[in-house]
Amino acid sequence: MSTTAIPAGTKWWSGGKSPFNVSYGKVMMWYFLMSDAFTFGAFLISYGTIRFSVNHWADPNHVFNAFPFAGHANLPLAFVSLMTFILIFSSVTMVLAVHEGHNMNRKGVEKYMIMTILGGIAFLSCQAWEWTHLITGDHAVLVNGQIEHWGTTVSKNPWGPEVMFNGQEIATPGPIAFGGYFFGITGFHGFHVFSGVVINIVMYIKTKLGHFDQRGHYEMIEKAGLYWHFVDLVWVFVFLCFYLV
Amino acid sequence: MSAHTSSPEITFQPNHSGGTGRIWKIFWVLSVLTIVELGLGYFLYAQHGHLGYATVLATKCTIGLLTLAKAYYIVSVFMHLGDEIRNLIMTIVVPLCLFVWFIIAFLIDGNSWKNLRNTAAGSRPNKMEQVSNEAHQ
Repeated sequence: MSTTAIPAGTKWWSGGKSPFNVSYGKVMMWYFLMSDAFTFGAFLISYGTIRFSVNHWADPNHVFNAFPFAGHANLPLAFVSLMTFILIFSSVTMVLAVHEGHNMNRKGVEKYMIMTILGGIAFLSCQAWEWTHLITGDHAVLVNGQIEHWGTTVSKNPWGPEVMFNGQEIATPGPIAFGGYFFGITGFHGFHVFSGVVINIVMYIKTKLGHFDQRGHYEMIEKAGLYWHFVDLVWVFVFLCFYLV
Repeated sequence: MSAHTSSPEITFQPNHSGGTGRIWKIFWVLSVLTIVELGLGYFLYAQHGHLGYATVLATKCTIGLLTLAKAYYIVSVFMHLGDEIRNLIMTIVVPLCLFVWFIIAFLIDGNSWKNLRNTAAGSRPNKMEQVSNEAHQ
């Protein structure tokens, strides 16, 4: 799509030019994203360590099996697949906005930025529904010989191993870390999506006002795009670690 | 089209004259990879309790590899890192190799904690694995 014709034998480190052949701002965006990757990586690896250290962990197919307006239907993986496709598609519209920016087509950039912003808002709405469902949904748990009804929160995990009680199977409290890791990591990711949406709205307004036409290039759209794709990238791993395995 | 200079740090201007075909192609690649992942995830769900340890582990590793493939396509094509010069690619990718040690070391550590707890630091046999095997039967 965009290949750079570089003469053979170019001395990148001889001074007088950027050894990376990109602007300062873009290099710094890449380094920021790399540090953010380590932050998310550390969170997910810490989650993995705790999950490996206990005998029983909540089964994602039981915890995440609901779908809006579907009542109590058992639909494992369905809602989170929808969220995944929303984010992948908003990544596509973002890269199309960058492409229109390369062609200095302001109308095209505006159109695709609006679609990307809507995709981000749709994702956040899905996450809000999912959190509400988890926190408010009641599940019978056997606590000290009594049946209680718990939602999934940072201090309560009703998805522990099942035992027989009065002739029926009933769950016991699971590792308390489950809610903390789930809400902590998806919340940190959701906060990235939220800030990405805010950045994209700012970029949309600046496009609309013609700032990038005056500047002669749409590189700010590229930098916002890098951030947005990173948010999608992190979701790919959150999806893997919390829902698939 | 790209004759305008966006920054004096860019010595060689990239050529952006291509179409959007590659973007849509990668969209379909990502979608198919996701659907395969979901299929494997659903297989694990549907066959829960009927699969051996090795099969479950192999399926989960396959899902992990498919995720890495998705990450490669997002970074390489959507973030255009594949179109940048080698110096920029290396300054981002080489530090990320730290994750190889990071993941292996900490997952082994977690597993070691589990064994230490179940055996009271090696002072009694591990009864937990028998219990979990019986629970699935």
